[in-house]
Order: sequence, then C-alpha cells, then structure tokens
Amino acid sequence: MKISKSIPGTWFFIMAISSLFIGLLFGALGGLQYVLPGFLKEALSFQKIRPLHVYLVINWIFCAAAGAVYYYIPYVSGRKLYSTLLAKLHILIQLIILIWVVTGFFMGRFGGREYLEFPPYIVVLIIVAWILFMINFFVTVRPSFKEVPVYIWSWSTGLLFFLITICEAQLWLLPHFNNNIIRDITVQWKAMGSMVGSWNMLVYGSAMFVMEKITGDKGINRSKKAFFFYFLGLTNLLFNWGHHTYIVPSSELVRTISYTISMTELLILANIIYSFRKTYFKTNPHKHFLSFRIVTYAEAWILLNLVLSISISVPAINFYTHGTHITVAHAMGTTIGINTLLLLSSLVLIAEEMIGDGKLFTPYFNRSFIFLNISLLVFWLSLVGMGICKIIAVHEKNSFTEMMARLYPYFQVFSISGIFVFLGLLLVLMPVFKTFLKLGLAKQSSDPS
Amino acid sequence: MQKLLIFAILFITYITYSSWVYTRGTDRASIMSSHQELGKQIYQEYNCQSCHQLFGLGGYLGPELTTVISDKNRGELYARILLENGAIRMPNFHLSPKQVNALIDYLKYVDANAFTYKTDGK
Repeated sequence: MKISKSIPGTWFFIMAISSLFIGLLFGALGGLQYVLPGFLKEALSFQKIRPLHVYLVINWIFCAAAGAVYYYIPYVSGRKLYSTLLAKLHILIQLIILIWVVTGFFMGRFGGREYLEFPPYIVVLIIVAWILFMINFFVTVRPSFKEVPVYIWSWSTGLLFFLITICEAQLWLLPHFNNNIIRDITVQWKAMGSMVGSWNMLVYGSAMFVMEKITGDKGINRSKKAFFFYFLGLTNLLFNWGHHTYIVPSSELVRTISYTISMTELLILANIIYSFRKTYFKTNPHKHFLSFRIVTYAEAWILLNLVLSISISVPAINFYTHGTHITVAHAMGTTIGINTLLLLSSLVLIAEEMIGDGKLFTPYFNRSFIFLNISLLVFWLSLVGMGICKIIAVHEKNSFTEMMARLYPYFQVFSISGIFVFLGLLLVLMPVFKTFLKLGLAKQSSDPS
Repeated sequence: MQKLLIFAILFITYITYSSWVYTRGTDRASIMSSHQELGKQIYQEYNCQSCHQLFGLGGYLGPELTTVISDKNRGELYARILLENGAIRMPNFHLSPKQVNALIDYLKYVDANAFTYKTDGK
C-alpha cells in the first residue's frame, strides 16, 4: 500500500525546507562574523543573526516532523485525517508565528530566553497551534496503546512533552522562578533539554516508520527490544537534561541523577554498534534504497554523537568541556547529522511514494549527499578542535582576546565548512523541495485527507 | 497494560522530581532585588545571551559573564566600559546610565551566587 498525498503535510514540508534554507543562510553569515570582526555589526549583529538562525532551523525540524506525521497518520490508522480545517489552521498559525518572530528579530524585539528569544506572548500562539495538531493526531489515530507500534508511542510522547516543556520554559515569568538565578537557570536547562527530547521523539518515530516501510517488517516496531529502547529514550527525555547543569549550584542529587541517566545511553550505543554490523552484513533492501542509505548515514552520526555525549556527561570531563564549542559540536551533530538526515529520509520516502521509487536517486543526489556529509564532518571536527583549544586557553589563563586569536584558524575552518554544509543541504534538498512544491501547487482534487 | 504502567510510573516520577527541582533542589540562591530584576529584564530584551554565557547558557562570540565582576582581570569597570561603548564585535547599544547600572547590579547578583565556579577555582 502506498502513502497518499496530504496537502497539509506537503505545505508543512515546503515551509520546513524554506525555513531551513533561510536559517542556514543566517548561520553562514553568523559564521563569517567569527572570522571578520565587525562584519554586519551594526546592520545585522550576531545578537540578531544567532536567534534568526536558531529559530529557523528549529522551525525546520518541527515543520518537517509535523509534515511527516500528517502524511503518515492516515496511512497507519487507515482513516482519513480527522479535520483538514484544523490542519489548515495549524499551518496558518505556524506561518503567522514564523513571520512575526522573524520580523521581530530583524527589528531587535526580543525579551525571551535562550533558544526562545521572542517575547513570551508568542508562546500562546505556539500552544494553540500545537493543540490543533494534537487533536488531529489523537482523533485520527485513536491509539489503543496496548497494541500500537512503537512509533505511535513515540509521536504521542513527542506531542505531549512538547506541550509540557513549552509551558515549563515560561515558568520564569513567575517571581518564584525569576527571582532565584539558580532555580531559573536550572529550570531553563530542564525545559529546553526535555524539549529537545520531545522533538527527537517526533523525528525518531518517523524514522522507525521509515525503517518499517523500507523493510516491510512490521515486527521490528512491535518487538520488546523496540519498546525497551523507547522507554530508555523516554527516561532520558525526562531526566537526562541535568548533564548541562553540572556547573549550576543546584542540589548534588540533580547532578547524580543526570549522570546516572546519561550513562544508560551506553546501552543505546551498544545496540547501534550491534545493529550496524547486522545492517551491513545482512540487509539488502531493494525498496526505497535512497531513504535506507540516508538512515545508514544518520546511524553513523548517532554513533559519533553518542560517543561525544557520553564523554561530556562524565563530570570530570564536563568540568573542562562545559561552555566550550564541544557543546556546540554536540548540538550541531545531533540537529544536522541526526535529526536533519532522519527527516530527509522521511521526506525522500514520501516524495518517492508520490513520484515513483528511485526517481530521486540520481548521481547528482549521490554526489551532493557525500559532499554534505564530508562538509559536516569537517564542520563538526572544527568545533571539537575549537573546544579543545579553548580548554587549553582557559587552563593557561589566556584573556578572552588572546583566546579568540588562538582560536582564529579553527574559526576559518568552521566558517568555510559551515558554508559548505549550507550548500550541501541546498543541493540535496532542492530536488525534494521542487517535488513538494509541484505537489502543493497541483490541483487539490487528489488529496485524500 | 504493562507499557501503560511503565509510562505512568515514569510520568509520576517526573512530576515528583520536577516539583523537587522547582523547590528544595534549587533553593541555594539569594533572592533578586527589583533593581537586579530590571537588569535581568534588560539582559533579555537586548538578547545579551546571544553572545554571552551565564552558567554555561548562551553564545560564544563574547566572553562568559558569570564571574565577570569578581574576576581579577576584568571586574566591574571592564563590564561598564563595554556596556557603554561596545567592542570590536559588540555593537554600542546606546544604553542609558540607568540601564547600565541595572545590568551591573544584575551581574553582581549572578556572580555572588556562582558558588560552583569559585569552589572549582574557575
């Protein structure tokens, strides 16, 4: 059975890819401000460029994840989408938020917190849009949690915990949190750490669905092992955030719990190594080869980032790595190497279901994809190198100016490879973008949702 | 049923843990004055976190500010000069003296509560 066209899903993909392209452009400009001090300092300072970049790339993840869910739920439930009207309202509100936030950032209107720099009243709109999405999901799927595959659990968890964490991230508006810096910072890390877990649940849910569609094996998402790793992921979503807060003088127990939970990731790591071997030696998929290939690359990125993540969760190492670019390497590796590649595999699978399997698997795509991964690896390594160099500079008690001068060669590599990552994603996603644009602009009569 | 039970146990543990984090787990800091609160508000409105970190939260283009006031090589004067004039990468935000004072007061509050930085020798 093929996946049917979804108009809301298609428009979410168009919005997602557009957000990513513009967000990456701001990322590239921000990178240049590291090597060219004073570049766009007055017109578009880093104070504006960074939130523009961060907001737009996070919007890519959320919109692409939402688009994939809109495409998949009629297929997995065997029902039409509950309400196309609610889905259209969801898109409209999402678009209004996008325009409002981006315009506000350009005009220097902030007032929010790290990663959510827009004024807090915009969060009301985000919550309304999310509730519309949740209604459509739960009423369409009507999940019976005793029987459903693990990806339904994963999507449901992602939907629920995004709502919880976006509300939690606004607790600073209450004096009890705002007037106490340790509580405020701890809760901020807690909310944002778990929010990342919530979008990971949405992305991983789609990735698990993609793997089932590729292999045709429905058992993989209903097995005990799949649920074991789902619950392990959920535990990390709930309690793993604390490895960012070792330096915050909260209770010792917060740190102990975080460290213990972080180490459970070793099980995920061991499983990946095992699966990698199994995949390499035994799998020979003929269907959706391109999506399979993208997932395989994402698996390699998961491996690389888990090693980094587990390392920086060890308090003795975290003492040195905290506040260095190694944390940025971890963030970039997970958002680009893992989330973006997994979402790409979903988009490619859906696009090829619409236009024919194998249509996007061209030498052009192949070359662009390899170029993207090499650029990302150089980019990632430059950040790790920058982090190590910063640790040495701090250890040698260099001033900030001395440290920036010392890091300059790394900034050059970071900036150039960042531009290449932008170009790589542009090249890889352009045929996918064109496919969805054609689908979106085609007559809506074929929309079964 | 087993899956729902595991989910319920985890969720209840999460709620309990969150309640503890919101109260006793983070009660070590002193309470901010209204002037320091104003400084915090300005810090957010000018999005200082884009370039600067407090307790590891924020960007890397500018220096870490958690202990900028007590740092022997930087101190209040260093912070004040940058706030009033900008720097190579930092624009001059044309802050009023009242805003600069509130920001300095806020940074003093942050510094006074940065216990882990000082005991660890950072």
